[in-house]
Amino acid sequence: MRQKVFFTIPYTLWILLFVIAPLVLIFYQSFFNIDGQATLGNYATYLTSRVYLKMTLNSVWYAFLITLVTLVISYPTAYVLNRLPNKQFWLLLVILPTWINLLLKTYAFIGLFSQTGTVNQFLRFVGLGSHQLLFTDASFMFVAAYIEIPFMVLPIFNSLAEINPSLINASKDLGASQWQTFTKVVWPLSLPGVKAGIQAVFIPSLSLFMITRLIGGNRVITLGTAIEEHFLTTQNWGMGSTIGVILILAMFIVMFITGEGRQKGGHRE
Amino acid sequence: MKKHHFTWGGLYLALVFVILYAPILYLMIFSFSAGKTMEKYHGFSFQHYADLFADGRMITIVINTLIVALLASLIATIIGTMGALVIKDSRGTWRNSLLSLNNVLMVSPDVIIGASFLIFFTVLGIRLGFMSVLLSHIAFCIPIVVLMVLPKLNELSPTLVDAAYDLGASRWQALSRVVLPAIAPGIFAGYFMALTYSLDDFAVTFFVTGNGFSTLSVEIYSRARQGINLEINALSTLMFFVSLLLVIGYYFISKHSGRRNRIVAVKEGDAQ
Repeated sequence: MRQKVFFTIPYTLWILLFVIAPLVLIFYQSFFNIDGQATLGNYATYLTSRVYLKMTLNSVWYAFLITLVTLVISYPTAYVLNRLPNKQFWLLLVILPTWINLLLKTYAFIGLFSQTGTVNQFLRFVGLGSHQLLFTDASFMFVAAYIEIPFMVLPIFNSLAEINPSLINASKDLGASQWQTFTKVVWPLSLPGVKAGIQAVFIPSLSLFMITRLIGGNRVITLGTAIEEHFLTTQNWGMGSTIGVILILAMFIVMFITGEGRQKGGHRE
Repeated sequence: MKKHHFTWGGLYLALVFVILYAPILYLMIFSFSAGKTMEKYHGFSFQHYADLFADGRMITIVINTLIVALLASLIATIIGTMGALVIKDSRGTWRNSLLSLNNVLMVSPDVIIGASFLIFFTVLGIRLGFMSVLLSHIAFCIPIVVLMVLPKLNELSPTLVDAAYDLGASRWQALSRVVLPAIAPGIFAGYFMALTYSLDDFAVTFFVTGNGFSTLSVEIYSRARQGINLEINALSTLMFFVSLLLVIGYYFISKHSGRRNRIVAVKEGDAQ
């Protein structure tokens, strides 16, 4: 019996101290203003101020666009991958970049997108002239999508790989065109993977703050950027926590909408 | 697709691979450039590697990062394995709530983890620095280890443990001689995963690191904000190979664990 208690203590302590306590604290902190007085003011400010509401809508809109771009790129990738002979090897190659430090990948784009950088050199070479690429919304979305692609490809690939090939043969035997087979058989069966992918991409897209800083040049403010700014720059922890609570709510909404995707198409390696 | 004839699918895939790998190769190529920018290649040189190894601050930070990662993943592996054993022993709703609590830090956005840990350390009066970073890394690595060990525990046939008891093993002997060797591949995989999570973490560390202490990701961030510095390129090339080694190590372990499964796991299908 002593052994059981001995095992339970560290893990339970971890749950209490590092899972429950921080969540309670961020919720608690959201009811205090910058001078440390208890107030509902943060929520009142959040709900009435145009700035915060606009920022939230913007953040959701960008996250939506990033997720959409990632999905549009990743679905065909997963589809083609799934038909290759050594598909596990190719999948590994898609996943490999996720093991490389996020900051380094982002840093590469600072060089690629700069005024005299490689992409602009190429644009000039093909006669399109150079453009301001860094610090634009488009470059922010491109880099975010670049980072998220493997996380979208993996669950979609898994759900496509699980589709029984005889279903597709049956559909063809019954006279369906390739397009009909795709829309009526393949796509519905791959939906759990798509949902898991959306979940894996949308939530980080709401909260990424270092890409907005390094690539977006502070033009794009996401919920994550706002939290970082309130905590580390303006030191208004109350307001930062309030936005944090909003972000947690947003996370639950996303998880609720894409709910069943997680169990079916999600984890599997 | 049998022979190498042209398909649109293949072309598309090639394009995706180019996009995925071009930025990484780009960084690595310019780390060998004699110039100072990532615009024009100025001929081969090891200059930036020499700069990197002469950069005392960077070396200290690399060592800090490694110490935090190795310690955090080791401690997280121990606590996480205990956690998996606790979850395995639990039943019904208690088990489900333990699993949900375990996954909270897996699904929470990094900013939330960072901000809430910052409040937590401030309330407790823990000074920001090595200790706060280490504790945070241990905290977010534990659920990863649990998720890696738990499937192995579920695959372990209960009859094996019963057999150990029948043959007179004590609880401790059953654990150390039967259970732990059987789930060892999961534990190693968990350790590797935790190591990469810790090495790569930026957002959480950024919140809880304070002034005096820095890790690689945080340092790269602050240098990248000042613009291009080819020392970072040299660093990224080295880190790419470290990541590659970790990937190879991880896949070796999972492959090994696959073989092990077939020997140990008598009962299949109750994983999950």
